[in-house]
Amino acid sequence: MESLQPESAVGEAQRVMNICNACRYCEGVCAVFPAMSLHRAFSDHQMHYLANLCHNCTACYHSCQYAPPHPFAVNVPAALTELRTETYEAYAWPGFLGRLFRRNGLFVSLATALALSMVLALASVLVDPGVMFAEHSGPGSFYAVISHGVMVAVAGSTFGFSLLALSMGVRRFWRETGAFALARPMFSAFRGALKDMATLQYLGGGHKEGCSPRDEGRSNQRRYFHQAAMWGFLLCFASTCVAAFYDYALGRVAPYPFFSLPVLLGSIGGIGLLAGPAGLFWLKLRSDKIAMPLRHYGMDYAFLALLFVISLTGFLLLMLRETAAMGLTLAVHLGFVLALFLTLPYSKFVHAVYRFAALLRFNAEKPEKSRPATVA
Amino acid sequence: MIGGGNAGLCAAIEARERGAAVVILEHADRSMRGGNTRHTRNLRAMHADPAHTLEGSYTGEEYWQDLLSVTEGHTDEALARLMIRHSGELPGWLYEKGVRFQPALTGTLNLARTNAFFLGGGKALLNAQYRTAEALGVRVCYDSEVKRLNISRGRFSSAVFLNQGNKYEITARSVVVACGGFQANESWMREVWGEAADNFIVRGTSYNRGAVLKDLIGKGAETTGDPTQCHAIAVDARAPKYDGGIVTRLDCVVFGIVVNRFGQRFYDEGEDSWPKRYAIWGRLIARQPDQIAYAIMDSKVLDRFMPSLFPPMTADTIEQLASDLGIESGALTRTVDQFNASVSTGSYNPEILDDCSTQDLEPPKSHWALPVDTPPFYAYPLRPGITFTYLGVKVDEQARVLFQGGKSSPNVFAAGEIMAGNILGKGYCAGTGMTIGAVFGRLAGQHAASAGER
Repeated sequence: MESLQPESAVGEAQRVMNICNACRYCEGVCAVFPAMSLHRAFSDHQMHYLANLCHNCTACYHSCQYAPPHPFAVNVPAALTELRTETYEAYAWPGFLGRLFRRNGLFVSLATALALSMVLALASVLVDPGVMFAEHSGPGSFYAVISHGVMVAVAGSTFGFSLLALSMGVRRFWRETGAFALARPMFSAFRGALKDMATLQYLGGGHKEGCSPRDEGRSNQRRYFHQAAMWGFLLCFASTCVAAFYDYALGRVAPYPFFSLPVLLGSIGGIGLLAGPAGLFWLKLRSDKIAMPLRHYGMDYAFLALLFVISLTGFLLLMLRETAAMGLTLAVHLGFVLALFLTLPYSKFVHAVYRFAALLRFNAEKPEKSRPATVA
Repeated sequence: MIGGGNAGLCAAIEARERGAAVVILEHADRSMRGGNTRHTRNLRAMHADPAHTLEGSYTGEEYWQDLLSVTEGHTDEALARLMIRHSGELPGWLYEKGVRFQPALTGTLNLARTNAFFLGGGKALLNAQYRTAEALGVRVCYDSEVKRLNISRGRFSSAVFLNQGNKYEITARSVVVACGGFQANESWMREVWGEAADNFIVRGTSYNRGAVLKDLIGKGAETTGDPTQCHAIAVDARAPKYDGGIVTRLDCVVFGIVVNRFGQRFYDEGEDSWPKRYAIWGRLIARQPDQIAYAIMDSKVLDRFMPSLFPPMTADTIEQLASDLGIESGALTRTVDQFNASVSTGSYNPEILDDCSTQDLEPPKSHWALPVDTPPFYAYPLRPGITFTYLGVKVDEQARVLFQGGKSSPNVFAAGEIMAGNILGKGYCAGTGMTIGAVFGRLAGQHAASAGER
């Protein structure tokens, strides 16, 4: 009997997937199982793809007749989460930075501390204390503290590098997870993947009532908090893009009034980035640690905490921007934002990129007709 | 309620909703709760119109004909028709109790019209039923093995059970026994099957040891079914003795030939479509020497059936394969040569009963006969895999157990596999076990609640 678990993450994931492929009871639960049932055997790269289709929602674990203490010890969310974390390291660019995923909580914390102290140190060296702690108002007040040129140069170069690193990673992920037969046109697959991402339907447990991270009950809490975090992030990103457009195309200089588009987008997004990460953090604290292996929580906690403080300091800045505390608040906020940009390709953020690639592949590969069923 | 599987939970929910105080005594612990229900996937339900979970329509009459044909008449018509009538209510009732179903499946087993599939399978169904029952106030005692019922002249007064080594006696106004067959009781199985029983694999729970069934029979309950009758299929011989579930079953029989340990074929592998024949192969193998058989096929067909837990054994020649399997190689080679020589060419189509058959061969292979000639060759070792035994207690239309003289008990009810033999005297029709459990579980719960009112 194959009850001994292989030592490598990919070996364990393959062992588990072979059992699942002979069972298929979970085919209605999420995307992993229909994607699995298109194959009879799983290469390492195919497993990397399947690992990134998994959200470790734990619905399959609680439905599993082979879950521990059964000797087959099938724990799909744990096996795929273990492997998924390895894929983040394996596909990282440049390759040697992949090891930053190993103690990711520590890395993101240190990078944040470094970015924050760098910004504060630079501000204290470069900015006259009289300016730093003076009240400013009107267009250009931010740039009185930290010059427009420095802000654009630092943010642009770190964000630019991060974008490059992310695209190199996902490019390799896309290529190596295999040639596959297209069952539908790519644009339709793209639309499908966007819809899957927008609705987070695979956190719904197959019945849309959601999966509780704590036990076999149903709850959409995780889905809603994840929605808040994702949409919050996208709205804040949109706010930044609109602000850049205002600045460069319209010549309108920040800060913008309360009811301007950048502030509105940033505020709504910011609420999402407070509620989402805080909620996800809270759910993680209460989750079932067997189905959701504890050792990867560092990465999740660090990323969630960073998003939360960026939003929090953003709101502080909005409230204090006409006071003498503006200079310091701005420096702190920008320090956290810089940390996010720096760590983007080596933090939990990569989940968004690889998951979208995996969903795109899933939608492109998905046949119209369903497959044979197993019957007890 | 004795037994916390589908039947017991349906009974518990019905009884509690009618105001009864309900305790479930479940032999397993929480993680292994639910008996064989944990390994199930669907139930068979009649329906007039297409529904979210079921395609087309499946009339009560068609259901009855299907049942009649698999059981060859070994069924109690009144009870079978009662079950069929109530089967139509099950998907809706279970949905109300939190069970979710998959959208209609269109697979090669063609069950989308007749069977409703639980989203996530039987364990997900159990999780929903337990949550509903507990929210209603049903008390569940795990690790509680019922040893004995105190019954005099068909009237129940109390049950004795073991929990963590301590013996307890629980009194109740009525009892529902829903604790399965006896397939996991090795000594009872040996009484029925002789030494052959040692080579049987039990596909499901190891807790179904039939203690309550034996106790009831000893106290005068009438029995139904032949003790050798059971739901038994071909499973991989490498499967664990218990709880291997669905992944150890093999769907490869129709794609090659099946031989015994002497290298001889013994039954028509292509007699009919696999969904109609899979449930006879357990008994066929049980009658072979040492209860072992080998499915032999070549590389042409390897990818045509569902993957299973263990990889096939493989060799470049039939001689080598025979020696790996411990079969005399001359015998297997002769069987394969003879088979290949008798295959007539037709147009091969695994989706229908095609015209590829053998000529002048005993036993024949009536459909899907292709020569076994393209190396590498593959083999899966097969053993009888028992799902559940059919010997059970007789019940009436209110799920009351019948005692000597056909007298219905005032307060002993039975549901599920322990009384499935009333309907399944022989053979099997996919999804019927869960339908019997749910219909008779509900009836038992309803009548047990009113039996307790006095």
